[in-house]
Amino acid sequence: MLTRSRSDVVMAQAARSPANNVRLDHLLVAEMIEPDSRVLDVGCGDGELLKLLENRGVDGRGIELSREGVNDCVAKGLAVIQGDADADLADYPDDAFDYVILSQTLQATRHPRMVLEHMLRIGRHAVVSFPNFGNWQIRLRLLFGGRMPRTHNLPDTWYDTPNIHFCTIKDFRDLCLTVGAKMERARALDAWGRPLRLNAPWWFWNLFGEQAVFLLSRRDG
Amino acid sequence: MAELKAVTGRGLPDRVREADHPQSMLVRFGPEAPLKLDAGVALSPFQVAYQTYGTLNAARTNTVLVCHALTGDQHVFNRHPVTGKSGWWETMIGPGKPIDTERYFVVCANVLGACMGTTGPASTHPATGMPWGLDFPVITIRDMVRAQAMLLDRLGIDTVFAVVGGSMGGMQVLQWAASYPERVFAALPIACATRHSAQNIAFHEVGRQAVMADPEWRGGRYYVEGANPRRGLAVARMGAHITYLSDAALHRKFGRKFQDRANPTFSFDADFEVESYLRHQGSSFVERFDANSYLYLTRAMDYFDLTADYGGVLANAFRAARTRFCVVSFTSDWLFPTADSRAIVHALNAAGARVSFAEITTDKGHDAFLLDEPEFIGIVGGFLDSAAAARGLPAAKR
Repeated sequence: MLTRSRSDVVMAQAARSPANNVRLDHLLVAEMIEPDSRVLDVGCGDGELLKLLENRGVDGRGIELSREGVNDCVAKGLAVIQGDADADLADYPDDAFDYVILSQTLQATRHPRMVLEHMLRIGRHAVVSFPNFGNWQIRLRLLFGGRMPRTHNLPDTWYDTPNIHFCTIKDFRDLCLTVGAKMERARALDAWGRPLRLNAPWWFWNLFGEQAVFLLSRRDG
Repeated sequence: MAELKAVTGRGLPDRVREADHPQSMLVRFGPEAPLKLDAGVALSPFQVAYQTYGTLNAARTNTVLVCHALTGDQHVFNRHPVTGKSGWWETMIGPGKPIDTERYFVVCANVLGACMGTTGPASTHPATGMPWGLDFPVITIRDMVRAQAMLLDRLGIDTVFAVVGGSMGGMQVLQWAASYPERVFAALPIACATRHSAQNIAFHEVGRQAVMADPEWRGGRYYVEGANPRRGLAVARMGAHITYLSDAALHRKFGRKFQDRANPTFSFDADFEVESYLRHQGSSFVERFDANSYLYLTRAMDYFDLTADYGGVLANAFRAARTRFCVVSFTSDWLFPTADSRAIVHALNAAGARVSFAEITTDKGHDAFLLDEPEFIGIVGGFLDSAAAARGLPAAKR
């Protein structure tokens, strides 16, 4: 969240669908969302995902920390407020949305567990996408390079990265269990933005996935 | 009447004439259309002075209602008839501007209780032929909005495309959305709050006491006694003006610079530039503004509390709103700080309304909404353009 617009710049170069130039990780998120639902995108950046969802008939809202991001969104006609995932989710009433999305932002929040709990309180479902720090490239860089890994998707040095809470796919699964979230669907993309096989075991995703997308719901729901 | 004419004959300024006979368009509401006030009385007859810019489309869907602030008026985009200055919001309104006069029909009415042609304490009381003075009933923001709604009814405008305003104008915007949600497609409350804070009431009280402490105020009867509480009103304005700026803005503009002198005079002259500036603000204000209007309008702001009006739950004020909102605040505004705007946003979110919110970084304080702040102007333009598309209004020619 801290310097969200910069991570947007990085992610803007992420793999895109050749058909419509839409980011593949956005498509993966969008596929998990029912049409005509109410959606809150937390850390919505320049509004690209929100716009994609609205074009699919979703009633969307956004929260974004960076002023540039908010300006871009408002100019696109999106209903976006300037705010912070860590501070402002507490102000939303229970069950206000069908889905609350956290796209490529989890690792930049100060309190990921609290953010996730709020998401599951505000929305019936939560959709979380994040970079997988268990990816083999990252493991190799740390093992053989002996320094904090930097990749094309995560190019920042350790001392100026906004990403303060990296996790692996396995770590995130553990967090879901801890907060009592039900994992309804999950997908992982490899380094070329291709979805990994659905029936692959978790260790395979954790090793070869570069990013993951989870659809969660409250266990009581 | 003869007495008043004698007073006028002594060369009272244009300001006095504007109260009854403004150089603006005018709608008069006779006994058939009384204005029922929150104070429990009906105001009748009364009149509303207003300006329009642009053209109303055939479907009557392109009206932008601009609500002015405490010391503003309807002259948003034309030369002011009293001061001769250009319109107060020419950064925002005009051809190709965010409030685009080539696409929208812009209406701005002088608020109830003010002194530029809409009925207020300086207007002539029809029963006595004398100015109302303190016999004028105390009015509220909701009363102002009721009067504007009656004006739009008279103009044949059922729904407005957007209601826009800053400060006291923003309070009117919020009241519009709460009172007439079905008539407002888009709402832009800027640098305002849903209730006036204790600190703001306190500042207003200082201003009112300054006016009333001036012996020329004469219990509000100064019009007929050939007096004018110029000093009191000027002091009120000087105090208030500080609250519209910021420490940083004052420092940048004036610092500790001396006014036309190298050394202090060891007197109470306006040694410092900032003193000279404030004195000028005060003295030019009294040329165009009525002291009693200042009392009534500050009082209306003090009484504003949407939360209280809706059973202590602000979200209930917007429960029915299908209006799209864009709330804007400024980082250095300490009169209506960002926290006030966030409270509006929270309530709108809780009500499920469609809301955007931006805090603009500036050191220019509360008055930033009147100034050329490119980021702010861009936000307003972006919001209105996208709302126009949703409303089926034409896009900007760019």
